[in-house]
Amino acid sequence: MTIDVAFLKSISYFSGLNTTELDIIEKAFSEKTAQRGEVILLEGELSDTLFFVAAGAVKIFKTSTQGKEQILSIARLGDALNDISIFDGGVNPVSAQALGPVVLHGIKKDRLQGILQQYPKVALNASRVLAGKTRQLLTLVEDLSFRHVLGRVVKILLTHAGDGTTPVQRLTQQEMAAMAGTAREVVARSLKVLEEQGHIRLEHHRIVITDKKSLQEIVAESA
Amino acid sequence: MPLINQEKCNQCQLCISVCGCGAIVMVNNVVTVVETEDCHWCTTCEAVCPTGALTCSFEIVVEEG
Ligand code: SF4
Ligand code: SF4
Repeated sequence: MTIDVAFLKSISYFSGLNTTELDIIEKAFSEKTAQRGEVILLEGELSDTLFFVAAGAVKIFKTSTQGKEQILSIARLGDALNDISIFDGGVNPVSAQALGPVVLHGIKKDRLQGILQQYPKVALNASRVLAGKTRQLLTLVEDLSFRHVLGRVVKILLTHAGDGTTPVQRLTQQEMAAMAGTAREVVARSLKVLEEQGHIRLEHHRIVITDKKSLQEIVAESA
Repeated sequence: MPLINQEKCNQCQLCISVCGCGAIVMVNNVVTVVETEDCHWCTTCEAVCPTGALTCSFEIVVEEG
């Protein structure tokens, strides 16, 4: 089975390499597929292969001790799934699950090490990718742990709420995220938290505010 | 049902690959949402859409009483 060189070229890790170099690197890759719902990587386990998404979408998430899931990102074409554990040698800090049929291209850790030594450009690219990932995760950590973001999401809900009789502007989680200056994953988490605490109820395509007063208190507290 | 803005859609079909309820299909080579009661508004299709073409919007209402 051959891996498409054009695909490798589109991966940030291998940008700037010429076709001859990519032809050599390509030989170190193998293909793996996963079905919808299949867990590709499990948090806490070791992995010996670095996987890149060649088709489909993969959910990257952490699970709390209470079994609650926090989505950190969605990996798509060209994204690496487990570079953190491959580079530091530790266990996977996250799990990865196929959201639909997924094709992955993988390279064994020892082969990757050889490539990094042979092609410093790849090492430089890797450091850029990892720095970008760190930045994205730090922003997410900040937004997930500070109450002011939850307050901003609640404020958006209160501002856009109708009484169910007159039509109001509908909002997507993406739009709420843009308004709150945060990531979609943080909005999804905020809505879940608010539902668990009994302030709202998620009903198909409706967000029902069940306790307006307590929501107003959250806004006041986070101001 | 979720909406697709065809001007933004690049026909990558990622949404089709993740939707388990068959609400998104190809019709004449165009990614299309079809009416189905099986859509449970999980919003996964919106989450994976790389172009922001697909949207699952919420109506926000206050429950009186
Ligand atoms: S919201 Fe979920 S079930 Fe509905 S169309 Fe999107 S992916 Fe399918
Ligand atoms: S994921 Fe978005 S861009 Fe891709 S086919 Fe679906 S609606 Fe179009």
